[in-house]
Amino acid sequence: MKQGIFTIAENSALTSNVFRMKLVGDVSDITTSGQFINIKLDGLYLRRPISVFDRDDDSVTVIYKVVGHGTEQMSTMKVGEKLDVLTGLGNGYDTSLCKEHAVLLGGGVGVPPLYMLAKTLINEGKKVSVVLGFNTKEEIFCEEDFKALGADVKVTTVDGSYGIKGFVTDALPESYDHFFTCGPEPMLKAVYRATDTSGQMSFEERMGCGFGACMGCSCKTLTGYKRICKDGPVMLKEEILWED
Amino acid sequence: MGRLNVSLCGIELDNPIIPASGTFGYGYEYADLYDINILGTFSFKGTTKDPRFGNPTPRIAECYSGMINAVGLQNPGVEKVVSEELPKLKKCFDKKVMANVGGFSVEEYVYTARMLDKEEQVGWIEVNISCPNVHGGGIAFGTSPENAAVITKAVKEAVRKPVIVKLSPNVTDIVAIAKAVEKAGADAISLINTMLGMRIDLKTKKPVIANKMGGFSGPAIFPVALRMVYQVANAVNIPVIGMGGVSSAEDVIEMMLAGATAVQIGAANLVDPYICKDIIEKLPQVMDKYNIDNLKDIIGEVK
Repeated sequence: MKQGIFTIAENSALTSNVFRMKLVGDVSDITTSGQFINIKLDGLYLRRPISVFDRDDDSVTVIYKVVGHGTEQMSTMKVGEKLDVLTGLGNGYDTSLCKEHAVLLGGGVGVPPLYMLAKTLINEGKKVSVVLGFNTKEEIFCEEDFKALGADVKVTTVDGSYGIKGFVTDALPESYDHFFTCGPEPMLKAVYRATDTSGQMSFEERMGCGFGACMGCSCKTLTGYKRICKDGPVMLKEEILWED
Repeated sequence: MGRLNVSLCGIELDNPIIPASGTFGYGYEYADLYDINILGTFSFKGTTKDPRFGNPTPRIAECYSGMINAVGLQNPGVEKVVSEELPKLKKCFDKKVMANVGGFSVEEYVYTARMLDKEEQVGWIEVNISCPNVHGGGIAFGTSPENAAVITKAVKEAVRKPVIVKLSPNVTDIVAIAKAVEKAGADAISLINTMLGMRIDLKTKKPVIANKMGGFSGPAIFPVALRMVYQVANAVNIPVIGMGGVSSAEDVIEMMLAGATAVQIGAANLVDPYICKDIIEKLPQVMDKYNIDNLKDIIGEVK
């Protein structure tokens, strides 16, 4: 983990309430896809954890949805403004567990962390199928980004206004050896039931610190108590314990 | 002796800065960030006899200038703390650590305190009779002078190391409780634990926290904490450790002027993981600004 001051280089709307923000600064601690950063905002006490969409040598890009005061404030920030950010948080996805063909399943704002993952898998020479799930056509973002990587991309919408009507589980490819997913908990549960391969799931929880100190985001797993921020947010399918 | 030195129950501290229990784990998360030996000491995660998962999530809520937590004393239990956490801590911390003890009965407090008292790394036993997040324990003992005295006396008789009793602000008369634990043999008092608070999510019309209520901490509670430290320090003859919303070197000095011998820093660690290091580094220049030669000289200067 590192703390640094980052400069906003881009903050643009992708849909009516989803934004892409590029932050320039020291990103050396962002080592794996599926990690997150924790952003301090003026007037708000706790930092806001946001998953990493992509990084390059001197910047990190996040895609966030306006869901509360913090993300609303972020959406009004201008290029050139500065933010205090903790980087390199969370364990991230382990691509070594996929042998040849991965399927990436993202729902809504669960889509962004899969982008850097897709890039990594493709660089490793693996076949990547992506299924992006949204409620309606108006909510879709990032489809072109994944296509540009050379991944096989399918989009599902709950209302059928675009792509395949239904959920991400309705568009699973016929064969793959490992899945990676991020999205709302009902979707994660559906993916858990619909897949029979090994896989990794990224979880979300209200966090205090984001680096494992406060025990605010603990969960029970088959391999003991885990902190979603530090031992997660990515968990192996085999260790997940659904509590209800 | 440096300008920042203070003495706490016979143990010299290089400075009065002590990360508070529950915000610093068992130390090693922060040891990855900076050398934690620069701290006065720290109070480790509240430890109970048996392992505890704690409360359901969400356990955390944002507030104006603060946060609410209802973690509920998640910890691996005293046996694992002794066999796993303390050996891990030993690799990154050479000083005496403050052992924070929670419980649900007099017997449990005594059992846990006795186990930790035997550990050479432990310098003080901080007895938490004020956790607002667990039912049937913690705060039940900290809200009446009689019960607070019973726990204090029982732990004091069971251990050899200095006993610090951590008080709850969720009481009518903090001074009565402070006097009761002093009379029962406490070597020091720490205060304040979090204040009972609550938030409601307007979208779901339900409490944000699964436990409904939780402990409110952060800069918003600093004036309340300062007032209680002042009242207690003026009523007892044992050292007082001040805490509650402390977030800067200036806050530390204010707490000491009010009567604190040492100062704990809690919620601020979660937002700014380097805060204790920053405060220790800034203290000398802030002391210069206000013509303070030695911190120990200002303890309780405000009458």
